[in-house]
Amino acid sequence: MAELHLPATLPPLFPGLPRKLEVDAATVGEVVSRLEADWPGMRDRLCEPGPAIRPHIHFYVDRERAQLDTPVEARSRVDVIAAISGG
Amino acid sequence: MSKSVLLVGTRKGCFVLESEDRRDWAVRGPYCESWPVYHAVLDRDSGTIFAAAASEWHGSAIWRSADLGETWEHSSEGLGYPDGDGGLKLSKVSNVRPAHGRLLVGAESAGLFESTDGGETFSLVTTLEGYEGREAWNDPAQQPPGHLGLSAIIPHPSDAERFWIIVQGFSLFETTDGGKTWAPRNKGLRRDWPADYEDIGFCVHKVAPASDFDRMYQQNHVGMHRSDDGGKSWTEITEGLPTEFGFAAATHPHDRDTFYVIPLDPGHGRTMPDGKVAVWRTRDAGSSWQRLDRGLPQENAYVGVLREGMAIDAHDTPGLYFGTSTGQLFASTDEGESWSQIGGLFPGITSVTHASVD
Repeated sequence: MAELHLPATLPPLFPGLPRKLEVDAATVGEVVSRLEADWPGMRDRLCEPGPAIRPHIHFYVDRERAQLDTPVEARSRVDVIAAISGG
Repeated sequence: MSKSVLLVGTRKGCFVLESEDRRDWAVRGPYCESWPVYHAVLDRDSGTIFAAAASEWHGSAIWRSADLGETWEHSSEGLGYPDGDGGLKLSKVSNVRPAHGRLLVGAESAGLFESTDGGETFSLVTTLEGYEGREAWNDPAQQPPGHLGLSAIIPHPSDAERFWIIVQGFSLFETTDGGKTWAPRNKGLRRDWPADYEDIGFCVHKVAPASDFDRMYQQNHVGMHRSDDGGKSWTEITEGLPTEFGFAAATHPHDRDTFYVIPLDPGHGRTMPDGKVAVWRTRDAGSSWQRLDRGLPQENAYVGVLREGMAIDAHDTPGLYFGTSTGQLFASTDEGESWSQIGGLFPGITSVTHASVD
């Protein structure tokens, strides 16, 4: 199971959503699908139609910048970052 | 006795203000997780607040609250353009209107969506495919910063099939069949730029109907206009106003000849002329105008008001409310004769709406 870390901006949108959870997925795209299954609406918060990762949302797998097709290993750490921007 | 509720959409969330007497206001918020809120309204039929919001990080959604803002849910299911629909991309939902049992949503790129389940799911009504000018209004090179796309929806109060929409920078349209077909309603409007199309290419900022919906007022990029036939034709009524430019406007709920507007400098500053805040009123359908400024800042007040930034209530003596793009909120309880600042200092205000709640 990969270890998934979510940004602080997400739990207020999905009551009960933890910042850290385990997910069984072979790619980042599957991580998003697993999240969507458990937290309906999550895909729209992370991805645009296409699908593509939203411009200010960054995924990292084992500290390397990732895309939806990036592989995820059983012991991977997946970080989702809401980019610092705005004012 | 009913209480007044003001919904204030801002760059950092939605605020709810409540008052028993329209003088002392209790402020709650910010709601919607401080997403930029472009428009927030209370649906009188369901008692639900709907807010059109778009986060730089997490995209667009319609937020809803069934308990006047205490708790909120959000959804964007169905708010998007199908792959291959001319490459249209939904960057924001810019306005939301409950009407006759459905919820209508305007979006950028210009498109109209509806929800028939109270804002849980949405479906696309139209992107005006095939209509003259569509390629131009969807061309990023012809869109201003902060483009709103389909910037306003104006439902008819008794005819569910009839409503008007504004495509920013291009046209007012009317449908009489629930959104299947559309007719441009720009006859008589002025434009001070080259015309690519005869019937399209008019910069409609705001349309404010009177209660009969035959009389309408329009703040255009170039001039104030009036219609007496439901928007089919327009007559310019700018004379007497300090500028021809502005965004916010409101029509008196009980007097079709009385109308309020906030003229702004027409350059890129788009703030109050001479740094003096004023609302202008006509009581004779635009033949003459009065400046209303008692209680409003008259020195170094370089503030602007956006197109959804003014509201009027339906009291016998209507109250008026407007919020600036720099976060000041002003109110009048005497039809604009005098004003006071209410609520505090807010983030930049994008919309102000009023509702009476029992």
